[in-house]
Amino acid sequence: MTGDRRAALLRIGAPFAVAVIVLAAWQVIVTVNDVPAYLVPSPLVVAKTLYSDRVLLARSLGVTLDIALTALALATLAGIAAALLFVQSRWLEASLFPYAILLQVTPIVSIAPLIIIWVHDTRAALVLCAAVVAIFPIISNTTLGLRSVDRGLLDLFRLARATRWQTLWRLRVPSALPYFFGGLRIASGLALIGAVVAEFVAGTGGQGAGLAYQILLAGIQLNIPRLFAALVLIALAGIALFAATVAVSRLALGRWHESALRTES
Amino acid sequence: MPRPDTRVNADARAVVALRDVAKTYDNGTQALAGIDLDVVTGEFLTLVGPSGCGKSTLLHLIAGLTQPSGGRVAWWNDTFDATGGEGRRIAFVFQSPTLMPWASVTSNVRLPLDLAGVPRAEANAAVEDALARVGLARAGGHLPRELSGGMQMRVSIARALVTGPDLLLMDEPFGALDEFTRQRLDIELLALWRAQRFTAVFVTHSIQEAVFLSTRVAVMAAHPGRILDAWHVDEAYPRDEAFRLSPAFAAIAQRVSACVAMASAETLPHGSRAKSARDAR
Repeated sequence: MTGDRRAALLRIGAPFAVAVIVLAAWQVIVTVNDVPAYLVPSPLVVAKTLYSDRVLLARSLGVTLDIALTALALATLAGIAAALLFVQSRWLEASLFPYAILLQVTPIVSIAPLIIIWVHDTRAALVLCAAVVAIFPIISNTTLGLRSVDRGLLDLFRLARATRWQTLWRLRVPSALPYFFGGLRIASGLALIGAVVAEFVAGTGGQGAGLAYQILLAGIQLNIPRLFAALVLIALAGIALFAATVAVSRLALGRWHESALRTES
Repeated sequence: MPRPDTRVNADARAVVALRDVAKTYDNGTQALAGIDLDVVTGEFLTLVGPSGCGKSTLLHLIAGLTQPSGGRVAWWNDTFDATGGEGRRIAFVFQSPTLMPWASVTSNVRLPLDLAGVPRAEANAAVEDALARVGLARAGGHLPRELSGGMQMRVSIARALVTGPDLLLMDEPFGALDEFTRQRLDIELLALWRAQRFTAVFVTHSIQEAVFLSTRVAVMAAHPGRILDAWHVDEAYPRDEAFRLSPAFAAIAQRVSACVAMASAETLPHGSRAKSARDAR
């Protein structure tokens, strides 16, 4: 019990303490040196702005999250489909995998303008951009997982004359789950980054303005407290997304996989 | 050196007949050469020999999991092949328990039945029976990781027995277990073999285990992997601790031991650059 509590203290308490110390130091330095808010706002000013601009910021957060989550869902579905296709034949994988890498290494800022020109619906264009950024870890991890099957179990399935479908569904897919969730964890962060970058490039304003647009606008208007407030929201959204994928992974892997087990003894 | 005659006089009792079987891997490693071996219905045959002598490869050939690069393997006088036939069943127990970590003990044992499309109720009854026979009647709901190494191996054996196999192949199944657990599982395995009357081929590097279990012990040597000699162990079953301590046991073990020592000595000059056949697989 005490071990459990100590582990929880370490996991939650320690980073929290760091945050408190950093914020307090920041507040003190800004106050003592009388730094103007348009250069570096103090944490208190940022908090006040978060509250006063809450309607505007919440709507923008909603837009950005909507794009990031839709992109993550799209990347997950397309990534799994690609991985399933790749494990069907070495030929397919050899022919197509380099293009998945190409997708990964091409900076999104350089292709985002094209996507935005080609796809008329702005939301769809932004989702597509973010999905392109997020898809690679899902493809590569899931492919690796589908191939990382215990040789003995594979022999066992062969001995039992299992069909290709049985081997895929009963053996490869469960074996791939831990790898897939590892990929999903990385992809969740990338989807958010992709959404923000795409918004920057698109510069969509008005009703459909996301957090990136608020940062852009606040920068131009020298409304630095609001810029910081939007930044804080993006960071929090990223952490929440990450935590959500960890929770889903714990739920799915349950008691059987090492990564989902809390340290014991 | 003359080849030992490990063939059966052309009667129909051979479960598996290997004729001049050779196995060379793509990388050029010659794992086996000139293997003539008949596995006789109902026998408990153990293959023993130094590391890299191709014991595992031979077992995989007998299972049909590996194709020979020369010679011929026939099952039940050619009434059975890789596509199946006449309801014959081959089961395999690996060195490690090779259980699916995400599935309960019951689901793991039921796997061969599920793959064969056996109705769930019938399959569950067979699983319960198999688990009871290996002494794990109440472990069905557990996950593999919650069991000890010995218990996991029992689950693996239950999975092999659940289909009622005609031929059970075991590749050093108790090699990773402590001596006490291994000896207990040896005795349990013999009881299952006598009760279910399957044919068994067992691979081990323990001479004591080989002599204790088998009706016949074949000693293998490496470079290339071949059968050096074979002995019948004509001691009555059931065998127990007393058999382990008997002069007859010591006498046979000594003879097998001398042969294995010879096999190892032959292996030694190449030993340093020898690649284990199992690794090559």
